Amino acid sequence: MEIIAILLICAGTFFYLTGTIGLLRFPDFYSRMHATGKSDTLGTLLSLLGLALYTGLTLTSVKILFIAVFVFLTSPTATHALLRAAFDSKISPWTKDGKDLRDGEVRRK
Amino acid sequence: MAFITTFIILFGFWIFLSGMFDLFHLSLGIISCALVSLISGDLLFSQKSVTKSHLFQILRFLKYLFWLLYQIVLANLHVAYLVLHPKMYSLIDPHIIRFKVRLKSDISLTTLANSITLTPGTITVLIHKDHFYVHSIDQKVADDLLTGDMEERVASIYREE
Repeated sequence: MEIIAILLICAGTFFYLTGTIGLLRFPDFYSRMHATGKSDTLGTLLSLLGLALYTGLTLTSVKILFIAVFVFLTSPTATHALLRAAFDSKISPWTKDGKDLRDGEVRRK
Repeated sequence: MAFITTFIILFGFWIFLSGMFDLFHLSLGIISCALVSLISGDLLFSQKSVTKSHLFQILRFLKYLFWLLYQIVLANLHVAYLVLHPKMYSLIDPHIIRFKVRLKSDISLTTLANSITLTPGTITVLIHKDHFYVHSIDQKVADDLLTGDMEERVASIYREE
């Protein structure tokens, strides 16, 4: 049981790490949000799951699982709010060809 | 009715979080739960009755949640690969894509928007009427989204046409 917990926490830390590296490497605000907003969610979920397994079936572990549920609900909303704010203040996303795509490009198949 | 149900749920949660059963903590819990249920008791249960279809809806939602978790792990691995790749700049191709959805109700739109944001590589920027504006990190995740698979699954939870 302990080994599974340690593996889960390690996997969670790995996603935190990729999130941080992504934050440093990606070119603009929008793509940086991809790295931080999401890898953090999965990282938190995995490390909390690992901690819950580590403590065993106690009141504490159920509380930890509740934290995971709430992070899962609030994190995407916060990410969306930040991105929406950037969009409203007319920051144009970085693109390969340097075109301003704020109006939205239709690329339906 | 809504007041009593909200109070019971809140008080159960209170006991569960505090873990103390002496008179002081319990009475504090009763006072604060009663206050909250008085002020916002009508938020949790806007409809009058709970029918059988609600139960099935919750079950379908749980099933969707497991599928979503699987997708999140897959997509997170994809983004981790992009982040760690030495030639990242030639791989990513960020775009804001726009597509039309046929979902109508607020709850299904919220579910879809949050699901899109949760799966890495795509973030919902804006919902304007029935159009979604989504920022995607590369062509692959954009194509995955445009197949409309996720939208269909959300529609089937809430039984929308």
